[in-house]
Amino acid sequence: MADIATHDTDHATDHGHHSSTGLSNNKLAMWLFLGSECLLFGGLISTYMLYRGRVQNGPHPSQIYDIPFTSVSSFVLLMSSLTMVLAVSSAQRKDDAKTNLWLVITALLGATFIGGQVYEFTTFYREGLGFTTSLFGSSFYALTGFHGVHVSIGVIMLLSLMGIIKKGKITGDKAEVVELIGLYWHFVDIVWIIIFTLVYLIPS
Amino acid sequence: MATNELPISSSQSLGAVRRPVNTKGWREWLFTVDHKKLGIMYGCVAFTFFIVGGIEALFIRLQLALPDGRILSADKYNQMFTMHATTMIFLFAMPMAAAFANYFLPLQIGARDVAFPRLNALSFWLFLSGGLILNASWFLGGAADGGWFMYAPNSGPVFSPSNGVDFWVLGLQIAGIASLIGSINLIVTVLNMRAPGMTLMKMPVFTWMILVVQFLLVFSLPVITVALVLLMFQRSYGATFFDVSQGADPLLWQHLFWIFGHPEVYVLILPAFGIISEVLPTFSRKPLFGYPFVVFSGASIGLVGFGVWAHHMFASGLGPVSVAVFSMATMAIAIPTGVKIFNWLLTMWGGKIWYSAAMKFAIGLVVLFTIGGLSGVTHAVAPSDTQQTDTYYIVAHFHYVLFGGMVFGLFSGFYYWWPKVFGKMLNEKLGTWNFWFMVIGMNLTFGPMHILGLQGQPRRMYVWTEARAGEGFFNLGFWNMVSSIGSFILAVGVLFFIINVIKTTRNKERAPLDPWDARTLEWLTTSPPKVHNFDRIPVVHHLDEFFHRKYVEDETTHVMTQVAKGEDLVRAEEAAADADIHMPGASYWPLLLSIGVAVLGMGIIYGTPIMVVGALVVLFSSFGWVLEPSVPEPIDFDSPSHDGHTKEIASLG
Amino acid sequence: MSTATDTHADAHEHGMSDAGYVKIAIILAAITALEVSTYYVDFGPLFMPALLTMMVVKFVMVVSYFMHLKFDSKIFSFLFYVGLGLALFVYITALATFKFFIA
Ligand code: HEM
Ligand SMILES: [Cu+2]
Repeated sequence: MADIATHDTDHATDHGHHSSTGLSNNKLAMWLFLGSECLLFGGLISTYMLYRGRVQNGPHPSQIYDIPFTSVSSFVLLMSSLTMVLAVSSAQRKDDAKTNLWLVITALLGATFIGGQVYEFTTFYREGLGFTTSLFGSSFYALTGFHGVHVSIGVIMLLSLMGIIKKGKITGDKAEVVELIGLYWHFVDIVWIIIFTLVYLIPS
Repeated sequence: MATNELPISSSQSLGAVRRPVNTKGWREWLFTVDHKKLGIMYGCVAFTFFIVGGIEALFIRLQLALPDGRILSADKYNQMFTMHATTMIFLFAMPMAAAFANYFLPLQIGARDVAFPRLNALSFWLFLSGGLILNASWFLGGAADGGWFMYAPNSGPVFSPSNGVDFWVLGLQIAGIASLIGSINLIVTVLNMRAPGMTLMKMPVFTWMILVVQFLLVFSLPVITVALVLLMFQRSYGATFFDVSQGADPLLWQHLFWIFGHPEVYVLILPAFGIISEVLPTFSRKPLFGYPFVVFSGASIGLVGFGVWAHHMFASGLGPVSVAVFSMATMAIAIPTGVKIFNWLLTMWGGKIWYSAAMKFAIGLVVLFTIGGLSGVTHAVAPSDTQQTDTYYIVAHFHYVLFGGMVFGLFSGFYYWWPKVFGKMLNEKLGTWNFWFMVIGMNLTFGPMHILGLQGQPRRMYVWTEARAGEGFFNLGFWNMVSSIGSFILAVGVLFFIINVIKTTRNKERAPLDPWDARTLEWLTTSPPKVHNFDRIPVVHHLDEFFHRKYVEDETTHVMTQVAKGEDLVRAEEAAADADIHMPGASYWPLLLSIGVAVLGMGIIYGTPIMVVGALVVLFSSFGWVLEPSVPEPIDFDSPSHDGHTKEIASLG
Repeated sequence: MSTATDTHADAHEHGMSDAGYVKIAIILAAITALEVSTYYVDFGPLFMPALLTMMVVKFVMVVSYFMHLKFDSKIFSFLFYVGLGLALFVYITALATFKFFIA
């Protein structure tokens, strides 16, 4: 959620010390949030693993997965992690133009991934796999849909960030804000790394 | 947009609204981000839910007092015990612990607020929305009726067709987000906002226990979130997760629920442990015995707590290997718990004990929790547990730990910290009545349930019959009556507390600044503390810093001699106050955002258009939030001060 | 007047150069290619272990380099890996009780 990544930097203790660990509040909060998200996606992945072979109606995973197609969109998401990290490193060098450029590219790659997912879902649906068709269907759409929502939120955050930077209305350390959104973005990517292997490549 | 032309202070984000700084009256509370105000608000709301849950409990006991009870229908009875438990756990126990944590954790570590003040406000408002949604179900077609663990498939659309479960899922989901945000906030606060010199091992035990609890929450809430989301998808959108005819596994819900549920019981009890670890040393006039052991046993209870969940599923056909493994793990958890009990006993041992009301409740906890802990060990033994599962014996167990443990700890905290929060002392005499009625009532209510359970009276049954009540000492009728009478004695005990609060509020007399000769930093400031908590941030050299500023130990004889009074220390701090303190500013966004979330959630039950409205509010307030700096700018105040200092605080100093 | 040593200021300097990031990305891409190849080429008994290993390597590389965990404070690693470790523990145990790994 966007609000976790905002900038409630601490001024309440202006005098004396800034922080006991010398680390940023925001980054600590973000890492905790990501640690917590591990258990969220873990639960959805486990549900899928338990149910993937339970098909009483409709298609079986092996009948509908399109590995070449998903490989391409996985690759796109992976590369968006590269462009994101380049945005972070430009922001740390205070190079606004480059930061903006890499953010745009990252958002575009993310949007491409989402586009691919929409295409995949509609294809599957036409081939007979609905959300309510089988345990496999429910758990597949729940897992990948949750991930897709995370990517979409990421794209919205990237676009909003660009807008805010452009208007010069950012309310914190700019490089850190970019870095925080970057952490979130990479996390979404590593979840997909797991999904790609466990859901798509390993047959049930 | 025209707003671009204005000389924009980023705090006037979105052009239209001005930050609600310097507000008075109710608006001061509605938009506050002050951890102390939020703590009080948490406390008031949680106590209200305690009364609601308590009334539900009295209905249950009225129904069961006599055979073939007619007060409630079977259906209403199911709703009653489900909502009783849900309310007590999620709307009373957790938020009341959050009230204490919010108020005292920053004070105990010498901080001026939490790490994220606006997120703190958001947590509160989300919790309140969740609680209201949960209870709204009473009036909108009936409450949830599946028991507080809401096992699927029973809670699926086929067996639970009313909207009750939908409200339940939604309410818990929102309250869960509140707790998650709160826990991240408090962990970062402890890690990062400690006063200079306060290393982790100089932190008060209460702060430590709250820290452990927040870690439990961060890592267990996402698991129940998964369960709730799956159930919601099944109920609202036709997913098949718990549809056995499709081949679903009913144990999936049980696992997800209890992976969360067992850590949750430590979430409930550890704050109480923390409170009495402050109270017992203060009123025994001795340092806590074995501080590092208390801390590490608390942390290890937390960690092991993640590995024992399946002891709630012994009767579900897990298989012998799983049962054996989880049985062993569960017995292991008794060890760190026992360590704590011995530490408390040894803290009191040889101390000059002052039997104040706070101390009485703390001692009550030690005794009653131990009884509940012992019956808990009997469930850890799987063969005996199969006899006890779903009987009143279980109900007896968890009320000894929850009521005897947790609630007594919280009451101890009320009496101990009341003068700090409100600047007035609760009446000790009424406190004594409060205590004894609660002890006697509690034992009469829950003690007989051991017998009822072992005699086979099932829990969650809306009637029992005379024909099968048995003879003599074990007659169910007699013990059910005792239990019901006990519950009203308990209620009278709680009533004494309410009377005490009213009397104290009317009372004009101010409490002394250090009424208990206390030990920790929250007493190194006025009562109630100022907005900015400390006039100057204390530098910490000792565990029990406040105590060590009052007393000095003789090198050779180890006798403590008093060198200063608490009051003088507080006055000294005031004299040396910092000149210029920036506090985080009030904000509309937390309240607005939580309203958005609640509306969005209601959309799941009442249709997509409502959902869209909610989503728009969420989006709008998220942007407002992000564009508003946490500390107000000078321009937010009526006449911007020229030196850039925040006037409201400067005038207080 | 910070009490702890001020690690914040120099944390970034231990990061990587942009060229370094590109190198990591190339390795990640290569591993992905290898993963996809298991779909076309029969790896025999190595199939599962190879895929799982590659998954873990990719995961750790992104976390360590792109997310800077390797260069950042240990506290961040602690917060994240405790969550990850607990997730692995509870979910693998739960799946084991369903006899997931035996069938
Ligand atoms: C006013 C004092 C209380 C009384 C008289 C009371 C009474 C009861 C009774 C009779 C039941 C059994 C319902 C049944 O299974 O048929 C019950 C269930 C329960 N109570 Fe209480 N209770 C009280 C306070 C609390 C508190 C403070 C908590 C927790 C913080 C709590 C937590 C629970 C839980 C978790 C259940 C299990 C509900 C279920 O089966 O789903 N109770 N209570
Ligand atoms: Cu348990």
